Amino acid sequence: MPNNTSNDVVVISEKIGGAIPDATFELLGKGKEIAASLGGELHCVVVGTADGSDALGACDHLHIVEGSLLFPYNPQGWEDALRGVLAEINPRLVLTSTGTVGLDLAGSLASYLGGVAASYVVDLAVEGSSVICTSQLYGGKLMAEADLGDTVACLSVIPGSFPVEAGRGSGSAAVAKHDHDSSNVSMAHVSLNEPERSGIDITAAELLVSVGRGIGGQSNIEMVQELADALGVPLSASRPIIDQGWLPKYHQVGKSGKKVKPKVYLALGISGAPEHLEGMRSAELIIACNTDAGAPIFEVAHYGTTVDLFDLVPEMIDLVGS
Amino acid sequence: MKIVVAMRQIADLVEELEIDSDGVDIDREFVKFVSNEWDEAALEEALCLKEAHGGEVTVVGLDEVDFDQSLYGALAKGADRAVKLTGDFDGWTSTASRAAILASWLGENQFDLVLTGVQAADDLDGQLAGILGARLGVAHAAVVVGVEPEGDKVKITQEIGGGTTITSLAAMPLVLGIQAARQAPRYVPISRIRASMAAGGIEEVAASGGDNIAQPKVRRLYAPESKGGATMITGKPGDVAAKIVELIRSKGLINS
Repeated sequence: MPNNTSNDVVVISEKIGGAIPDATFELLGKGKEIAASLGGELHCVVVGTADGSDALGACDHLHIVEGSLLFPYNPQGWEDALRGVLAEINPRLVLTSTGTVGLDLAGSLASYLGGVAASYVVDLAVEGSSVICTSQLYGGKLMAEADLGDTVACLSVIPGSFPVEAGRGSGSAAVAKHDHDSSNVSMAHVSLNEPERSGIDITAAELLVSVGRGIGGQSNIEMVQELADALGVPLSASRPIIDQGWLPKYHQVGKSGKKVKPKVYLALGISGAPEHLEGMRSAELIIACNTDAGAPIFEVAHYGTTVDLFDLVPEMIDLVGS
Repeated sequence: MKIVVAMRQIADLVEELEIDSDGVDIDREFVKFVSNEWDEAALEEALCLKEAHGGEVTVVGLDEVDFDQSLYGALAKGADRAVKLTGDFDGWTSTASRAAILASWLGENQFDLVLTGVQAADDLDGQLAGILGARLGVAHAAVVVGVEPEGDKVKITQEIGGGTTITSLAAMPLVLGIQAARQAPRYVPISRIRASMAAGGIEEVAASGGDNIAQPKVRRLYAPESKGGATMITGKPGDVAAKIVELIRSKGLINS
């Protein structure tokens, strides 16, 4: 038993309102495999509400921490609650996904536990007494294989890295309810804010023209809007376009925007950051245009071109309009 | 309100990244380093907060390649102080080490809010806001898209996916990982950056606290193997456009 930790693996359930996300089931499936390799057991910690936790039966131990300050989500409250549960489990590995919970807590929990964190993880293995993780860095351009040593490690895993089904199960996990002393929590929930509604529903479109950072400036949006209009479809976009204020939020495809599954997704000037791919990789046919031949978007696209979008789009408008 | 913005340099992802001869880091010799885009959002939010509510904005970071340019840019945009923590930062610095160094400096400086980018593209070992918050023993939140002071507290809004956000009320001091500012980072003319450079004003402090910090040991850095990927369409723009239109038409999505 290295570094005084157990060999147990903990998955943090990331249900914040709504249903338990697929990402949590992915972690349970992989966590079970890693726990078996380490000779430990698999725990799942649910914070906030026990609703829906019957679906988390793939683990050996289910820990539930409820409290008025923990629901639906409170980063300080969750951190405080998780520190308490993790201190009892004394795990070797803590798994979160690269969403709000993982970005909030994987690093801080590692720090509080005196271990290491690892981000953007897409693969995990056990070699001897070490856990080896593979992370996707530099926007997916490079992979880093890292030895996490024999200390406790808190990981955030990119959703879609592991099969979902392996983590679904209605086994007979031992359920433990934990009390949470909220006296250390000063952060308070104010509101859960649903996305702005608009007349444009990019999730319903069979064809999406989607634009990314490669468009260069707000004045160039008009050109791709013209193509979308010529095709009679909505214009969607990747995160940088929204952050720049060039298009409203309801146009955004990706983890923090909408997940789309059109028949055809035309990606113009989109590099293919993992957060964007998460929102569109299920499209039936993906066609990507990016002048960088090494852009990660080409890994998920069925067809691609490195022709400059400023040369391509006017030609397409001519063809579609004619 | 005293706002500290923790900023850093990162390899420009527009460039081709080569692996160094040891195979565990990028070859940093010929790569351009730029300010982390999310840190620029954090700076913008800090400047907007100062303009709306008063206060002081201090930018701080490690002495990485071309960090002076980012600091002068921040001063030109309206930051009050720029602090460079000096040491040997020519190679990759883990987030854990970065957090330890910043925590050491913050321990000697007053702050109400620390804003930093939600992430950086080489964050192998976690994101700064959370680790720094833990190091300082203060509350923190990431993926923040809204910061609004309310009395002696701050209302923060975080994205939680699918366009949904969650708003909380938090006491200061607080460390926030900014996903997006209330507006796009402001443009600053080169003349103002030059004026800022001429005026100097970067404070230099020896970095401390970053030694013997646990971190993952990278044993291989490599370009991902292509899994087949896209069938590339080549030719003149008109020919490529025709092929793409044909592909869309094959799905029954163009009537003509």
